[in-house]
Amino acid sequence: MLDIKDVSKRYPNGVPALDGVGLTVAPGEFLVIVGGSGCGKSTLLRLIAGLDRATAGTVALDGTPVTAPRPEIGKVFQEPRLMPWLTIDQNVAFGIRHLPAAERRTRVSEALARVGLASHAGHWPRELSGGQAQRVALARALVGRPEVLLLDEPFSALDALTRTDLEEHLLDLWAFDRPTMVLVTHDIEEALFLADRIVVMHPGPGRIVTKLVPPLPRPRDRAGADFHTWKYRLLVELDQATRRLPGDEAFPAAAI
Amino acid sequence: MIKPVRWPVGLILPLGLALGWEAAVALHWGNGRLLPPPSRVLATLAELYRTGDLIGHIQATLQRVALGFLLGVAAGTVLGAVSGYWALARRLIDPTLQALRNIPSIAWVPMFILWFGIFEASKVILIAVGVFFPIYLALTAAILSVDRKLVEVGRIFRFSHGEMIVRVLLPAALPSYVTALRAGLGLGWMFVVAAEFMGAEQGLGFLLVDGQQTGRPAVILASITAFAVLGKLTDWLLASVAARFLCWEDGFKPVE
Ligand SMILES: Nc1ncnc2c1ncn2[C@@H]1O[C@H](COP(=O)(O)OP(=O)(O)OP(=O)(O)O)[C@@H](O)[C@H]1O
Ligand SMILES: [Mg+2]
Repeated sequence: MLDIKDVSKRYPNGVPALDGVGLTVAPGEFLVIVGGSGCGKSTLLRLIAGLDRATAGTVALDGTPVTAPRPEIGKVFQEPRLMPWLTIDQNVAFGIRHLPAAERRTRVSEALARVGLASHAGHWPRELSGGQAQRVALARALVGRPEVLLLDEPFSALDALTRTDLEEHLLDLWAFDRPTMVLVTHDIEEALFLADRIVVMHPGPGRIVTKLVPPLPRPRDRAGADFHTWKYRLLVELDQATRRLPGDEAFPAAAI
Repeated sequence: MIKPVRWPVGLILPLGLALGWEAAVALHWGNGRLLPPPSRVLATLAELYRTGDLIGHIQATLQRVALGFLLGVAAGTVLGAVSGYWALARRLIDPTLQALRNIPSIAWVPMFILWFGIFEASKVILIAVGVFFPIYLALTAAILSVDRKLVEVGRIFRFSHGEMIVRVLLPAALPSYVTALRAGLGLGWMFVVAAEFMGAEQGLGFLLVDGQQTGRPAVILASITAFAVLGKLTDWLLASVAARFLCWEDGFKPVE
């Protein structure tokens, strides 16, 4: 169980990015965090990953505090971040160097097959499309069989078609060995399609304002009536996040 | 696939110049005594080759360059990597190295002769000093500019310091490193002349001095020609070995 207790983060330049964030994620749960730009979603994910330290509060996984990256926690970034000097299979094997060679080989081909890129094993990252590269990043994160997988807007750079394709793919991967998923997005439809539970964050400083459990049966139908009702609800929640905060400059939308 | 024939267009310039000079001397436009035509230089080279002198000179010089280059590269790589990776190490050694770098390396010659004698050691060390600095500088700078995003992937997988250097930083720095190696090799060829000027019984630099003292410009030009050919050959060798390690690069492909 992932336990985030009263976490605050202030960057060295004084920016208060998070203030008193509390959250527990059950094993195998698919949690989606939504919120406008700058509300601290990436910051929160970096704290969970152990890439950064909280100014106050604690992040703990199964009772042990996370103070540095841990083998049970995997991460997929917004960009694929593949090593350009390694072939696709070498990239997937990047994080499992401690395993014996034979085990490594079977795991890598298994992971590549699961993301549908078995035939690309010997290729270079520059030979992949954006969607394929992100699938390799997914394989790289999953090949070590993490207990928790963190995804920071993993599909936001992709076109709508590739994105829905990868969202379905992600659900298949999740079903395979049920890691706990924490995915950040600002795409409402993506959140509704994937999440067991949705957490809405507001900026200035970043905090959680609502937690929602959309009672939509899986597999979810993006065209269904319930889906639309919930989409609207979520929009309203998010809309408040984009409202002008006292002291902030108004975004001069009217002037455009 | 048919490989298109690539004409060695790089030969046009040197061959054209040589033929032009040959013709100019034959037509009595130029002074063939002070600047002997290519035919005389080639004849001198052939004669030196026949007596076995040329091979001896080349061997002596090549050996010095090779040893000095290897030493300089080893020191530059280790110190460059350490100083690029550890801030404390950089603060400790970089100011001193930067100060030493500004001493014209030839200024060390009297000191090296006192310390290491006038034989091989002082020559090899002078070359190593010349090779060291471009490698050290370029590697430190290249490591400092490696994409933080790739480093973070290494952190997620809990790479040790050594792993981070060997598996992320050095490969990412490789393109700049290769350029530095080639620059270092060029400097090695320069410093070998200086080293051989300070007293040698054998070597292409000795041949230069000998040609000057005995008033034989053809010998000087023969030595210069040998330097040019050897320098080009070793650089080509280095570049083609390096190209095999850089096939992943996704850079600009020059227009045909
Ligand atoms: N390294 C940093 N140093 C200083 N301030 C930072 C740093 N990273 C983020 N911030 C600030 O912290 C706040 C939250 O940033 P964060 O990147 O977590 O937002 P986000 O919710 O992920 O936004 P987006 O949806 O645009 O990615 C922002 O105000 C940002 O300016
Ligand atoms: Mg972000």
